[in-house]
Amino acid sequence: MNEESSNAIALEPERYELRAAPPYHFDLHRRDFFKFLGAGLVVISILKPALVAQESGGSRRGESLPTEIDAWLHIGENGRVTVYTGKVEIGQNIRTSLSQAVSEELSVPVDRIDLVMGDTQLTPFDMGTFGSRTTPTMNLQLRKVSSAARDVLINLAARQWNTDAQHLIAADGKVTDPRANRSIEYAALLKGQQLTASLPAEDPLIPSANWKVAGQSLPKVDGRDFVTGKHRYPSDQILPGMLYGKVLRPAAFDATLESIDTQKAEQMGATVVHDGNFVGVAAPTSEAASAALDAIHAEWKSDPQISNKELFDYLRKNTTEGKDPTGDGDRFDAGSVDQALASADHKLQQTYTVQYIAHVPLEPRAALAKWDGDQLTVWTGTQRPFGVRGQLAEAFHIPEDHVRVLMPDMGSGYGGKHTGETAIEAARLARAANRPVKVVWTREEEFTWAYFRPAGVIDVISGVRNDGTITAWEFHNYNSGSAGIRTYYEVPNQRIVFHPVKSPLRQGSYRALAATANHFARESHMDELAHEVKMDPLEFRLNNLKNVRLRAVFEAAAKQFGWPRKKSAGHGFGMGGGYEKLGNVATFAEVQVEKSGEVKVVRVVSAFECGAIVNPDGLRNQVAGSNVQGLGGALFEAIQFDNGRILNGRLSQYRVPRFSDVPAIETVLVDRKDLPSAGAGECPLIGLAPAIANAIFDATGVRLRALPLVPNGLKVS
Amino acid sequence: MSAIHLTINGTPHTVDVDPQTSLLTLLREHLDLTGSKYGCGEGQCGACTVLIDGKAQRSCITRVGTVTQKQITTIEGLAAGEHLHPVQQAFLDVGAMQCAYCTSGMIMSAVALLKQNANPQAKDIVDFMDGNICRCGTYPRIVSAIQKAAAMMHASATSKGASR
Repeated sequence: MNEESSNAIALEPERYELRAAPPYHFDLHRRDFFKFLGAGLVVISILKPALVAQESGGSRRGESLPTEIDAWLHIGENGRVTVYTGKVEIGQNIRTSLSQAVSEELSVPVDRIDLVMGDTQLTPFDMGTFGSRTTPTMNLQLRKVSSAARDVLINLAARQWNTDAQHLIAADGKVTDPRANRSIEYAALLKGQQLTASLPAEDPLIPSANWKVAGQSLPKVDGRDFVTGKHRYPSDQILPGMLYGKVLRPAAFDATLESIDTQKAEQMGATVVHDGNFVGVAAPTSEAASAALDAIHAEWKSDPQISNKELFDYLRKNTTEGKDPTGDGDRFDAGSVDQALASADHKLQQTYTVQYIAHVPLEPRAALAKWDGDQLTVWTGTQRPFGVRGQLAEAFHIPEDHVRVLMPDMGSGYGGKHTGETAIEAARLARAANRPVKVVWTREEEFTWAYFRPAGVIDVISGVRNDGTITAWEFHNYNSGSAGIRTYYEVPNQRIVFHPVKSPLRQGSYRALAATANHFARESHMDELAHEVKMDPLEFRLNNLKNVRLRAVFEAAAKQFGWPRKKSAGHGFGMGGGYEKLGNVATFAEVQVEKSGEVKVVRVVSAFECGAIVNPDGLRNQVAGSNVQGLGGALFEAIQFDNGRILNGRLSQYRVPRFSDVPAIETVLVDRKDLPSAGAGECPLIGLAPAIANAIFDATGVRLRALPLVPNGLKVS
Repeated sequence: MSAIHLTINGTPHTVDVDPQTSLLTLLREHLDLTGSKYGCGEGQCGACTVLIDGKAQRSCITRVGTVTQKQITTIEGLAAGEHLHPVQQAFLDVGAMQCAYCTSGMIMSAVALLKQNANPQAKDIVDFMDGNICRCGTYPRIVSAIQKAAAMMHASATSKGASR
């Protein structure tokens, strides 16, 4: 691993990243805004102190009166609305849902709104697009900014007409005075103006029950560019005189370079960079770059490393509790687990495991870098443009304000693109070549040199009474993470511990990250307990569940699924559910197990609730998409590795869900208009794996406790 | 290197490349037709799908030397001016995309399918499209979009027939 990517590791795991980057303070000069935005109205959103700590991961350092801005909005003299946010579009469709929020509050048609996203020079600092935070935070902030802008416009019109603002209405990009039967366009109100407003602390917002644009299904705002191939993803970016870069990869993880001969590559006319463990080339075509790379002879030295076979044993034995000041684990205790276990009618102890899996974003990492003197500009695909800016500044020993990172809407991430490897590689090569350089990883590079969803071992020890009441719950998670580790079932005696481990593979964020593993273990174990006390699994869950929102989704999904289902040969039915990232989900699955052992998921029903729904169609797409993506990790995805090498780092070797894997998927949306809107990119994934495992047990009596469940079909003994 | 003559989206091109160059590289790097995407480089994901004489082919594993006499259509050549192809329109109408990186390849494969089967059942679509990966998991909507496109094309053909 080269030094840049080693540096990056500290930023990855989800439980650390919220504290990772220092808060950035944006100095605001009114004139600067209008210089680059043009005349009109600017409304600035300032995070509340509590939100600042939560979103930027720490308190401010010393300065007086820093302006903690998280978004701003500009309405120009031409009536166009431009919104600036550091969030990025990675397929979760927030360019559309955020436009809807602005459209709603500002009373302006969606097609007059442009979103500038994830450009570190133009947008305010943002930690990154992850953790399902966009809808609960940015959506709300933009609604407030838009609402404030609407008030400014109404007051401008009131002044112009010398009337009372409360009689005026904003609609369709105009302020109207119904009593005097007159109206004026926003554009006309702002002619020649340079107005700024910052967000009032509590601006009244339109209640979700009265939403007209938000809350409706709206097609992707720039969808036409995607169906015509016009949109330029990070890997499609070009600049005049640009070269293509390739990087020499070590023979194994953590290998060090013993010897290298780059003479041939240089003779071929390529730019060759050898800087520490970094060896890369740049040439006018990608084929010339590949040829030059192939001409380099290098020898690497690496230490022996473990394989999948030893993985779970290794994870148990290599916890870093007490050794690593940042990895001190998470722990929750209630009552007395040991006493409760001793007096339980039934005691059950089981172990569940999950393998490393890969994100496989269809667009691999890509970056285009150019230098102007000591000013660096990089277009790259990342969920954390500001994080990548920091990495670049650190790698090249330049101030952050000399680095501009732009993030064109990219070919997905799923938590897999928090880091800036290609940005650093392209910038390093561009500096040597004195020309812009583009680096696009191959699929094999993406599989090998990115990072994985953590593998994990989970031990559950529980006690239950004959009447189906859980009395004791002990839960140990080794390495896979602490998100979703706490149980939502009512258990008086609990011991829940996350044990951090020094991972043998580079690991980091992933869509629904640890919640997938923790829910798989918990919801599988719940089924095992229900079986133990001979109760219906749904009844057993509800018997131990008080959480109203979670009960509601279990009941809604059960109704849609038709639970309990009548047994039929080879078919089985199961459920799993829980809450994560402010959303609640219950998923029911039907599987069909062939005599050959092939397991086919036939039908999946998910009930999902994430507060007030912003875009029902987009939400259905997210819930169904989560279930399809979740099928892979549930059934067959696993990274095979041995001695510092990935053994299945190609799409011909690593199976991802395809058309033929997709079951009938039904989504029940529970719209809680009385609750704030939450994100939906992750939570819907967590119920699927346990639902399938429980359905396989129902069909066959075989209890599977390892994800993936059936990488090679089910072996029924 | 040698001069290679190709017809892409109806336009003849002469490019100076090795005949072993992949068609995808040629499209993206030499002609700046970046609508066809790299996803795997081994014909496994379908993001690079183009039409060669009307058939869906993976451009990443197609050598340019083998397609010099053929009609090549990419996503950029599908719409007639401002008028989208029915498959493009149906993908838009159904919202059959999330990150949309797979969309070009999905649309090109679907166009090829509808050329050989104007009224595909869901199972036909699944069988034909199984080589195209959507990692965001938008498959059910893509199936709906293809069915919708088939209906649109059928309706359009019927109305043209009626007007004759």
